[in-house]
Amino acid sequence: MNKHGPVDVLIIGAGASGAAVAWSLADTKMHILCLDQGGWMNQSDYPSTGRDWEAKFYGDWSTSPNIRGRPEDYPINDDNSPIKVVNFNAVGGSTVMYTAHWPRLHPSDFKVKTLDGVADDWPIDYDALTPFFEENDRMMGVSGMSGDPLSPLTHPPMPAQPLGLSGPLIGNAMNKLGWHWWPSDTTVATMDYEGRARCINLGHCTPACAQGAKASTDITYWPHAIRAGVELRTHCRVREILTNEDGMASGVVYYDKDGVEQFQPAEVVIIACNGVGTPRLLLNSVSGRFPNGLANSSGLVGKNLMFHPYAQIYGFVKEPTDSNRAPPTCLWSKEFYDTDLSRGFVRGYGIQFGRGAGPVFEAVASEQKGILPWGADHHRVFRKLNGHRLAVSAICEDLPEEHNRVTLDPVLKDGHGIPAPKIDYTIGANSRKMMDHGLARGREILEAAGATDICINDPIPWGGWHLLGTARMGTDPSRSVVNEWGRSHDVKNLFIVDGSVFVTSGGVNPTSTIQAIALYVADQMKQRLANLFD
Amino acid sequence: MSDAFKLTSTQRDDLRTVAAMIIPASDEYKVPGADDSAIQADMLATLGRDTALVRQALDHLARLAGRPLAQLDAAKREAVATEFRATGGAAAATLVRVVLQCYYRNDRVLRSLGLELRAPFPKGYTLNEGDWALLDPVRARAGTLRRAQ
Repeated sequence: MNKHGPVDVLIIGAGASGAAVAWSLADTKMHILCLDQGGWMNQSDYPSTGRDWEAKFYGDWSTSPNIRGRPEDYPINDDNSPIKVVNFNAVGGSTVMYTAHWPRLHPSDFKVKTLDGVADDWPIDYDALTPFFEENDRMMGVSGMSGDPLSPLTHPPMPAQPLGLSGPLIGNAMNKLGWHWWPSDTTVATMDYEGRARCINLGHCTPACAQGAKASTDITYWPHAIRAGVELRTHCRVREILTNEDGMASGVVYYDKDGVEQFQPAEVVIIACNGVGTPRLLLNSVSGRFPNGLANSSGLVGKNLMFHPYAQIYGFVKEPTDSNRAPPTCLWSKEFYDTDLSRGFVRGYGIQFGRGAGPVFEAVASEQKGILPWGADHHRVFRKLNGHRLAVSAICEDLPEEHNRVTLDPVLKDGHGIPAPKIDYTIGANSRKMMDHGLARGREILEAAGATDICINDPIPWGGWHLLGTARMGTDPSRSVVNEWGRSHDVKNLFIVDGSVFVTSGGVNPTSTIQAIALYVADQMKQRLANLFD
Repeated sequence: MSDAFKLTSTQRDDLRTVAAMIIPASDEYKVPGADDSAIQADMLATLGRDTALVRQALDHLARLAGRPLAQLDAAKREAVATEFRATGGAAAATLVRVVLQCYYRNDRVLRSLGLELRAPFPKGYTLNEGDWALLDPVRARAGTLRRAQ
């Protein structure tokens, strides 16, 4: 095994949180190295540059690593879960392939036990993260409209996305019902911003933005971090974290781009591999001292997996919608975000509205749902559906349940022979009621908009975008994996900064909060450099 | 071997026949059927990673039909198609998706739908800003963020 010279800080993963923590720590002038199993993406290869852009979503640009199967991906056994894991593995991680919807967790989300008597409170509160939310919004480049009465106050540096054709249809429906809605904060640049060109509405943002208008950390944080001296080594897949006789992390074993085993020593190791990759790595890092996996004295590594079950309902209006000619999401609602026990469940959900779909997606989805017939009537029905879709998705707060978990699959391995993760997940009773409520309210919204041919995805099967809770944060080492500033209770030079550390999930897309936490942990580390391991 | 030759001649015939059952030509909308030669050529040229499942679907179809699909009378063909959709699973879904994704990127079809014949990038599209006065009722109702304590 080749051995490299030691670095001060080794970060595993160059996605949302790894990029943010690398950039923040760069001003310490420490020797910082980041290893990522993927490589740099090339915007000229992105789907929207070709006429076959929609077909690519079913293959090379699928959100599912199991379908996509790029060499940079690792397989995931999610057979025992109604929600399949979706992610992307490259510099930028899943920010290359996300909707760019940018809500923050609410202040109340950090006090779930206190307010509603379920799950646990976080050991930190919203106020601790506020400056890092703001810093992150500047770095990622956020568009939106300040002043939403039912969301935390934000200061987006760019104006909100235009309402387009779909926005007024949704807004009018919500006004008719007297329900809250607001233009979403998104990381889609609505004006030229920090070297990024403004959005030109290429269509669905999820499978990467050829214009570079959507923020992904390969084009936001990483150029700054590298300029500040951080080294990023690509196509390096970490197999395990090693420890020394003092129980401290001593470095990692990884496979380089040629598949050659390497050892990289480090003084500090930071894991930023998401809520599935992080427990997988910890569980693969067994030793005599840590027989159940690293940092796992609590037994909670991999447990309490939270996904956000998406209950989606959609229909078709007479008026034309934005179809694929706009970013997919532009509006949100927090009408049902907070607990109201009369609904029969605790906590709540955010609503994310969808503007429409492209013709291939529409044909495939509608045929599968049985509303687009075969035969002579196909053409008439397709013209009624195509370009007329509106969607309502309830992003339901998943409560932490230990039986929802990531373990190591006894058989399945990745291309380097490293045991793959296995997901065991069921939708909890509270989430189920919440989803039913969301679907019923979604139906009312669509009917208020005049929609017909209503269909549901309950849950969205390939909707496991948000991977949370599998190395939770807390002050009690027997009930958490990392402390209130991201340091492992068991291994004093090991930190976790991704969605694994979430104690609860909130009812919104988590990337903004994940990155704010990564910046917060970096700031805590910088403040404690003299006694980081005490 | 090119993707076109990954299907046998019989399989290609069945693919053409079932494609026409999914989307027949229409004089009313001035569009070809999915059995059009250019659309079929696109399917065969771009099967790629779908080849195995499409072949599996066509094998299933052949078993149900018992002979080339085109040789069945219309009623029997419909019955086979119904059974195929009910029992074909992921393979059948893949075949249908391949037909649809090639059909709905064909120039004549897109033109008939009033869509431009181009990739989204680099021209993009324009969105209307809209009237933000639509938010006035939300502002008027206001509401408060739930407190954390």
